[in-house]
Parts: sequence; C-alpha cells; structure tokens
Amino acid sequence: MIDSIDMSLVDWSRGQFALTALFHWIFVPLTLGLSFIVAFMHTIYVRTGDEEWKRITKFWMKLFGINFAIGVSTGIILEFEFGTNWSNYSWFVGDIFGAPLAVEGILAFFLESTFIAIMFFGWNKVSKRLHLTASWLTAFGASLSAVWILVANAWMQKPVGTVFNPDTARNEMINFWDVLFSDMAVNKFLHTVTSSFLLASIFVIGVSAWFLLRKREVLFAKRSTVVASVFGIIAGVATIFTGDTSARIMAREQPMKFAAMEALYEGQANAPLVVIGAIRTDTTKTPNPREDFIFKIEIPNALSYMVFLTPSGFVPGISDLVYGNEEQGILSYEEKIKRGAVAIQTLKELKRAKDRGDEATYTAMREKFNDPVWLEKYYRHFGYGYYKGRELKELIPNVKLMFYSFHIMVILGTHFLILSLIALWLSLKNRWGHHKWLMWVAILTIPLPWIATESGWLVAEMGRQPWVVYELMPTISAVTRLSPGAVQLTFWIFLATFTVLFIAEIKILVTQIKKGPGGK
Amino acid sequence: MVKKIFRFYYHGFRSMTWGRKLWGIILVKLFIMFAILRLFFFPDILKRDFNSDQERSNHVLEQLTNP
Repeated sequence: MIDSIDMSLVDWSRGQFALTALFHWIFVPLTLGLSFIVAFMHTIYVRTGDEEWKRITKFWMKLFGINFAIGVSTGIILEFEFGTNWSNYSWFVGDIFGAPLAVEGILAFFLESTFIAIMFFGWNKVSKRLHLTASWLTAFGASLSAVWILVANAWMQKPVGTVFNPDTARNEMINFWDVLFSDMAVNKFLHTVTSSFLLASIFVIGVSAWFLLRKREVLFAKRSTVVASVFGIIAGVATIFTGDTSARIMAREQPMKFAAMEALYEGQANAPLVVIGAIRTDTTKTPNPREDFIFKIEIPNALSYMVFLTPSGFVPGISDLVYGNEEQGILSYEEKIKRGAVAIQTLKELKRAKDRGDEATYTAMREKFNDPVWLEKYYRHFGYGYYKGRELKELIPNVKLMFYSFHIMVILGTHFLILSLIALWLSLKNRWGHHKWLMWVAILTIPLPWIATESGWLVAEMGRQPWVVYELMPTISAVTRLSPGAVQLTFWIFLATFTVLFIAEIKILVTQIKKGPGGK
Repeated sequence: MVKKIFRFYYHGFRSMTWGRKLWGIILVKLFIMFAILRLFFFPDILKRDFNSDQERSNHVLEQLTNP
C-alpha cells in the first residue's frame, strides 16, 4: 500500500503543514517576547509613577494587541490538518497530543484571555497593582501556552513516557512527568522562548531607531531601547546556552539531523565546527546525492567539544549512520530496516490472529510487545520497516537546506546579541541615536529575527525527516490517502488567506507605529 | 460583582478605537476557519468514516501493517 503511495500527496501534505506552521510562527514569538517587555515597562511605570513610562507601556501594549489579534487561533488550523491530512498519525499519537493540548486549552487560554482584557481595559478602572498583575499574567499565560505544544512536539522528536498498544495502534501515556520533563521538551521550551524574547527585543530596538532617525519621541525611543537591549542581552545569552544544550541533545538523540546541519559525511574524532561555508551537490559519490564544500572556515575540534565536552569525541557522519560503523557501535540503516520490518510483520500477525480468533498466536505476538528486549531490538526501529525496498536516500534529510538554515540562524543570532550590546552601551553613554548608519542597521534588522526563528524551525522539523514520530512513524505511513488535488486546493486557499492576514498585520502595525505613542 | 465585571467589559469594548478593526479581523478570520475551512475542507477523517474506536483502530492497523 505504502509502496504505491503518491509522493506528491506526501509532499503537498507536508508543504501545507509547513506553510501553516511557519505562518503561525510569524506571530507567536513577538507575542511571547513583547508581552514580557510590556510587563517590564508597566512595572517601571507603577514603581516610578512617571507618565512617560505610561505612554511607553501603552504604545508597545498596542502593538502587542495588534499582533496577538491577528495571530490568535491561526494555530487551530494545524489541529484541523491533523484530523484530515494526518489521520494515521493523529490516531497513533492521540493520547499524547490530547493531554498537553487539553491542559493548554483550559489553563493557558483562559489565563491569557481573562487577563489580556484587564490589561487593555484596566487603565484607571482597576487598581494599579491588579492592572500590573494582569500584564504579568498575560505574559506568563502566553509562555504557558507555548509549553504544551512544545512538549507535544518534543515527544514527536523523542517519544518517552509512553507505551504502544498493538491492539488499538495507539501510544498510551504511562508517565506524564517523563513526557513533560524530558530533556528534549525542557530544552525546546527554553530555546524557543528565549529566542522569542530576543526577537521581540530586536523589534523594539528597530522601531525605536526609526523614531530616533526621524528625531520624534526621542525620550520614548531611548527608554524603550534601554529596556529592550537589556532584555535582548539576557535573552541572547540564554539563547546561546540553550542552543548549545540543544545541539548536545540532538547529537545524542538525532545524530542524522546533527550531521546534516554540519554537512558532515565522514564521522571523526577531533571534528571541526564549520563557522561559515558554501556547499554544492555531487551526484557521483555515495550517499547519492552528497553535498561537498566549495569553501569553509572551521574551528578545529570545536564540534567534538560541543557534543562531548572533549575534543577527542567521535562525531558520526551521514555515511556512518547510513552504512553503519561497527567500531563505534552504529547500526546500518539496512539492519534497522530489517528489524523494523520484523516489528511491522509481528503487528500484522497479531492483528490477523485476533481477527481469526487464533488465541495462541495472538498471545505469543502480544507478549512480544510487552518484552523490553524485543521492543529495544525490533520495535524501536518500527518506522524503518516502511523503507524495505525503497532508496536509502529517503532516510536522509535535505542536507543543503539543513546546513544553510542552521548557519543562518547562528550567524543572525550572533548579530542580534551584538546589536543589543551596542544599543545598551551607547544608550548608557547617551550616544544611541547619534549615528545615522547604526539606526539604519537597527531598522533593517527588524525582519531578520523572523528569518532566524523560521530557520530554527526548519532545522528542527525538516532535520528529523522522514520521521513524524522519531524512528516510529515516517510521513509516508502518517499521511491520509486523500487525492493530491484536494490537498493542493487547500494549500492555495491557505496561502491566499495567510497573505491577506499578513498584509493586514503589517499595514495596521505600520500605521500605529507612524502615529507614535501620542496617536489614537 | 457580576454587574461590575459586565460594566468593565462593556465600557472597555465601547471605548475601543483601533481595536474595533482588530475585532473585525478576528471575527472574519474565525468565520473563514470554522464556517468554511473546518466545515467544507477539513473533516476529521476517522470520525467521519468510522463509527467506533474499534473500527478506527482496525483501519489504522490495516494501513500501518501493509507497507
């Protein structure tokens, strides 16, 4: 059945999901970061009683509100797609996704929507303390929303705390805390929110630079820059640390993604880290296609050090992972495919035995799914079984895309941290705004954090391809067998709707920014 | 208390200026998502095509075990 699957269906379904997720992610990081910046500004106003801080808080709160309103519920479409385009996946993971998303719906959504009203309508209507509390709870509520969806995503990257029930074809949660506090989930949350804080800081610094360039609202712009640059520096440093931890977890849990990020084909000890480079596709070498470097600048031993905290650590390359490396104890994909096929066959026999009432065979097969040794040897590679008779290259993510996305993210992240440091340094010396070219750099930097954060998601999601649930369920078995034409139609509908919404967001934001903090 | 909360929201919504445009966008967006996309383009396939969880399990097992 999967042998004959129309790959254009898989590609269009993936494209549609990616479009929706990437669009949703345009709004989320600004909401997460700006809510905290507003809360900080609001706190300064309440503590000082300075009316200028009130104007500053109200202005950024307004931009937060616009972004929140346009972005809110765009993520719901992802849930529609689970049920329609990814029904096998939806069934397979139902319990795992259900619990975190239900908690998100009940806790975070109500917290957000209740306190956001007090935040916007509360000026002079409720006590200053309650009003400020509402601003902080809105900020925490927004981040709390992100926790649950990121926990669900982390489970797909590293399925823990669950057991597969072969009778229902569903994964069942056996330990909620293992799911919630897996190292993948904790790090994913921290890296996502800190990078979102950095994005919002750059947005505030850039918009303030526009005011300074036009010599309008100078006090407002300078004060905003100080708050945003302090927040940006803290967030930037935290993003580097969480990114570093993320790389270590990835190297251990998803070595193929890690190798693809660095376009590392042959594993090695004392592996260097590529700082910058360019690659081109070579179709004459194995694995085919293969990316070769046109040029690169490296830091010796740094990749090994990053993963193992020692320069002599062996970092497996793509070839080691595909063809195996006995010396390093790495199984080849061919062996994993064989074992995965055994697991699929066992599940098939179990179902047949159950259908025909063959109790003895059913019990024998069922016992295998309770045996930890069998599970580790065969079920762990379940998803590879779908690649029996298919090309091995289908198990390798797009190396070129991974390499560039990862390096763009890192280079831009460094730029944001440096810009925040310069903004704070010059602000403290009262010289921020004196250099026209620097203001232009800050303004032109405004869209770049979105490129960085979307690149980060490309690394996280496309790097784990072909897996929807890591090593258990590939996209080819997760997708619903619809007609590719139907998926294409909804893809174009989404693209049109999202484009209109995006234009509306930019237009309303720009209008309100032009009006400035004094505008109605 | 209930009256106070009602008044708070009532006056909040009434005194909105730029926020009215946003509410318009939110309502149009929700209409497109739930009344058009959800209803006509995004049915829950397993809920629509099968009557019980047993049938859904069988269907997914069939799909997963026939590579």
